[in-house]
Amino acid sequence: MIDLSLLTDGGVGWLDASGPSSHLILSTRIRLARNLAGRVYQGRNSESEREDILLTVEAAARDTVLLRRAIKFRLDRLDRSDRQLLHERHLVSKELAGLDSDGRVRSGASLLVQDRLGVMLNEEDHLRLQGLHSGFALDAAYAEVDRLDAELGQRLAFAFHSEFGYLTSCPTNVGTGLRASVLIHLPGLVLTKEISKVLQGLAQVGLTFRGLYGEGSEVVGNFFQLSNQTTLGSSEYELLDHLGKMVRQVMDYEEQARQVLLRDAPAIIEDKVWRAYGLLRYARALSFEEAMNLLSGVRLGVGVNLIPDVGMYTLNKLLVYTQPAHLAVAEGVAPADPDLPVRRAQFVRKVLESEVGRRG
Amino acid sequence: MSCEQCREREAVIHLTQIVNEQVTTLHLCERCAAEKGVESPGAAPKTPLGTFLAAMGEELPEAPAPRTGDSCPRCGGSLQDFRESGRLGCSECYRSFEVPLRDLLRRLHGSTHHMGERYTEAGGSSPPSAPNPAIELREQLRVAVETENFELAAELRDRLRVME
Repeated sequence: MIDLSLLTDGGVGWLDASGPSSHLILSTRIRLARNLAGRVYQGRNSESEREDILLTVEAAARDTVLLRRAIKFRLDRLDRSDRQLLHERHLVSKELAGLDSDGRVRSGASLLVQDRLGVMLNEEDHLRLQGLHSGFALDAAYAEVDRLDAELGQRLAFAFHSEFGYLTSCPTNVGTGLRASVLIHLPGLVLTKEISKVLQGLAQVGLTFRGLYGEGSEVVGNFFQLSNQTTLGSSEYELLDHLGKMVRQVMDYEEQARQVLLRDAPAIIEDKVWRAYGLLRYARALSFEEAMNLLSGVRLGVGVNLIPDVGMYTLNKLLVYTQPAHLAVAEGVAPADPDLPVRRAQFVRKVLESEVGRRG
Repeated sequence: MSCEQCREREAVIHLTQIVNEQVTTLHLCERCAAEKGVESPGAAPKTPLGTFLAAMGEELPEAPAPRTGDSCPRCGGSLQDFRESGRLGCSECYRSFEVPLRDLLRRLHGSTHHMGERYTEAGGSSPPSAPNPAIELREQLRVAVETENFELAAELRDRLRVME
């Protein structure tokens, strides 16, 4: 079993709800796709080439300030439950963790991580630089990843084309290689049935949405990951500025939707959020999906000041620690253990009880 | 997992919908999905680019042939490989298949010009140089002519004249 406590903040500093607008936005993520010049991409390279990429990049990273003390995880040498744990912490993609339907981990698949910064190695591209911040923090998150990009770029030769920019395995990432995303909670828009309209509107202005775990994942607990669709033809700052403006607009829509709900259907909303709280507080078995949806209800209740005494940080922690691999590690069982729903309910009860006291 | 509709065949399509305030996911087999009007991924390669590439598949052979025939001299990957996987084999592929890729980039991103940080090996990345509006206008003009949008082309030509 890997020891995530080795990471300074357990790799979950982003969930401390300290960042701007964290009642709506859980986290901001920036990733830059980079490849090494003169080397074949992951889809067509060999095991020894991937090993060499890992050695080369790690040596460069140890020479930087930002990744000097990085912890290395070799995904290709970890159990499935450990890989799932890293994925649930949003530190590695599903693909790198080998959790896709074919369930295979590529040799050389690795992660270097230090504080809020990390590099996935031998993912779809040779390097995927990433930074994860709490709340709505596009500029701060980008500034940090950009510094890492400069540090690594001085020590490695990146594949760069004078017209197309940074070259990537998939042409959808070429140019800046930048994907910026915010994980936003939109229960008001889902309840008022405005969400489809908003998502369609975002598509028209070049943005896209995904589920809780990024590409290919489902929407759970009314969490949406909003990100830029295009990576070429605009500068990094233009891409971030555009996404930022649109996210602020979505936040306004969400706040308006919540006001509409409170004005037009206060009794229904109050019942809904307290019902969610009651179930979390007293249920004896909870599936992951059910827990996510109930947490969404309570989060809404806290956001509109209907439910006192529950902190966003606690809700964020529950969001992470009730996931199958996290819960299984904490309980010392396998992620597929049939008892997990019972243990999840126990865990949630315990956390809420210590938060609001026995009479809450 | 079996299909939620017929409960017989294997579910291969997972459709996320928002119905009655709830985000739900339907797990369907190909046939039931088709009956519901959901396009089967079986017809296209299973990549996000799949539909896109399949749609432009017919046009690719008409583009001028890549320099070294069918495959990239560096990695051996072909355009066919790219269509199937949605992934290129190496950086050299961008040169080997420049013409069709340029077209694809324009459709995906609306541009082929990187406007972000410039990379120099010794100095890492540097801030973008001031964008050259004339280059962008010329590019837009070329696209307008190609797509026979002559009204726009005339406007762009006039703007270029003023600039130059």
